Amino acid sequence: MNGESRLSLHPLLADPEGLRARLRPVAGRHRKERIFYFLCLAVSGMAVLILAALFGAITLMGIATFSWKFLTAPPSPAAEESGMYPAIMGSVWVVLLAMLTALPLGTASAILLEEYRPRSPLMRRIQHIIELNITNLAGVPSVVYGILGLTVFVYMFPLFDGTGKPVREWGVVYYDQFYNEADTVLLVPVNTLDAPPVQPKTGMLAFDADFHPVNLQVIGEDDPWPEDPERARVTLRETDMGGRISEKTWYYFCLPFGRGVLAGALTLGLVILPTIIIVAREALRAVPDSLREGAFALGASRWQTIYRVTLPAALPGIMTGSILAMSRAIGEAAPLIMISGIVFLTNPPRHLMDDFTVMPLQIFNWAQRPQTDFHALAASGIIVLLAILLVFNSIALLIRQRYQKPLS
Amino acid sequence: MLQRIFRLTGVAVLCVLLLLAMVPDARAQAANLRGKVVVDGSSTVFPITEAAAHAFKQDFPNVDVVVGVSGTGGGFKRFVKGEIDVSDASRPIKKEELEAARQNQVRFIELPVGFDGLSVVVHHDNNWADKLTVEQLRELFSEDGKIRKWSDINPAWPNETIKLYSPGTDSGTFDYFREAVMGERNFRTDLSTSEDDNVLVTGINGDKFSLGYFGAAYYYENREKVKAVPILNPATGEAILPEPENVLSNRYAPLSRPLFIYVSMNALRRPEVRKFVEFYINRCGEFSEKVGYVALPQEIVAMARDFLTNRRTGTVWLMPDGAKRHGALAEVYKPENLVDPLKQ
Repeated sequence: MNGESRLSLHPLLADPEGLRARLRPVAGRHRKERIFYFLCLAVSGMAVLILAALFGAITLMGIATFSWKFLTAPPSPAAEESGMYPAIMGSVWVVLLAMLTALPLGTASAILLEEYRPRSPLMRRIQHIIELNITNLAGVPSVVYGILGLTVFVYMFPLFDGTGKPVREWGVVYYDQFYNEADTVLLVPVNTLDAPPVQPKTGMLAFDADFHPVNLQVIGEDDPWPEDPERARVTLRETDMGGRISEKTWYYFCLPFGRGVLAGALTLGLVILPTIIIVAREALRAVPDSLREGAFALGASRWQTIYRVTLPAALPGIMTGSILAMSRAIGEAAPLIMISGIVFLTNPPRHLMDDFTVMPLQIFNWAQRPQTDFHALAASGIIVLLAILLVFNSIALLIRQRYQKPLS
Repeated sequence: MLQRIFRLTGVAVLCVLLLLAMVPDARAQAANLRGKVVVDGSSTVFPITEAAAHAFKQDFPNVDVVVGVSGTGGGFKRFVKGEIDVSDASRPIKKEELEAARQNQVRFIELPVGFDGLSVVVHHDNNWADKLTVEQLRELFSEDGKIRKWSDINPAWPNETIKLYSPGTDSGTFDYFREAVMGERNFRTDLSTSEDDNVLVTGINGDKFSLGYFGAAYYYENREKVKAVPILNPATGEAILPEPENVLSNRYAPLSRPLFIYVSMNALRRPEVRKFVEFYINRCGEFSEKVGYVALPQEIVAMARDFLTNRRTGTVWLMPDGAKRHGALAEVYKPENLVDPLKQ
């Protein structure tokens, strides 16, 4: 039987004419293959072309107003003097803080969902519900997250009174600021934001505008104003009213968070969390089981396996996810309009609770002005936005390159 | 040798710069004022406030002025809760907002800062539309209106459908147009809307038979793309263009509107807020013109200054029973018209 089969030719080889007839369509298949390949090339080339066209148009529009000043100056009503320094710093703060919160949280959730698969049916159902919710969350419009962030982070609603005023604070000193008839600023320290207004009295602890203690003199409402300018500088009338101001340190922190950088960053963190979880799960799933089994065989615990084997192997994939998430976060405007809404600001954020604005808000504001000079500024702003995105992405790429090793 | 000269020049320049930096500023005292002023509200008023805040920063570098654009309604919502110091508004405060302010014990001063004309514009090649009346606009924009084609207005005009462009329903501009033109009639829903007025300019520029409306600043900037239609003043019967002088003199009625800031009395106790608002009102004409709006006449600025210095609180645009008060700014903005439910 063996010899028989070895001797008999394949029916096609036995019939060369028939073979040729069967082979002819193969040439057609090759042609189709080539057409399909060029189609794919054209489609992906189109994406590159569109990006190049966009980038070219933006560069043409924005390069004229792009300068060092544009990067370092605050916005101004005069287009030629305008810059976006506070917005750039605001975006950097917000995106970095958002990544700092969302990346560990997202990776941890992905580890729970992928590596700790529950055995009991009840837990399995719960896990299923969680998975479904995360997938749905990824599709929720970001402005909805803005409203959520407003309630949860800005007002911390059920915990506090819902006015957004700081209830607990660290790292702040309050003063009542007096502006006397000699146009001099005098500061009297007070304990809290809500303390009753200071009624000036002679000998009270007071500071001048440079925070040097002064010998405060208080005169009656109808007394003559002192003629000696040195004395006039430290004089107040007893009926003078001060205004409450605060001096905040770099570590100032308060509850509820108010409309500060932290509230904005946490809200953005929520926006990108589902993306990170989904991508990190994919990355963990792509790690071959043989690696885990090898670690278990060597006696590693589940945690050791995750920490030493699975997570490093999945890190490049997780980094890809973080690039996607970061690109989304930096361009996001809608949730931050709800949280901050500020577009004119002269200072970058100085502490976690400080006011902030971000580049998309600034760009949008410029783009909708009537004056065309501002449209050019908007284009310059987009160049900066793309450049910062590129820097962030290349950092993530570097990390990915560093950790990418063949898995087998 | 040459190098040494360069080095010496460098040192000399540095010294001069240092000296310059050390010369005491004439405004040194005022410059010491500290604190923060929080402004939020209308995106129409925003450019004026931005100009004021920017100029204020030159004189008072230690005072932070932050300006947001939550919209007139959004700004009032925060203002009546006492969250912000100043509210930018492209329309007067509403009855419900005044009531909320009363409940939260927020008293305020109402200050006009500029004028904005609402321009009705058509395509640049539209050579037939020489004037329109408010009634025609109402018929054109209302759901059950009788005007749909240019020939419905004047049989001599083209028998073409008028394509309409309008700012989005969230904007103060839309609110004002509805108030001034529509009366009780409902807006039609088949308009092209955009929150960005530049998009409206582009849309009208690309469609010969179109018509739209937006803030006059966008018309002044795009004269080569769109053409304004003179609007018949119902009182005098003259057809008027939304040029600055007509907006200012109130001949361009009813489509010109005053812009306001509202200042909280609580915030006015703080010297930095007081200084900022005084600064703003004293130079509001300059700021308005700089950003494309129309400056207020001197009498109204003087009246605003009087309201501010004498702490005349409340609004002039609502009657004690909550009904709206109508009329030109110059006639309505008077102390005797003030209504403040918190005044004892």
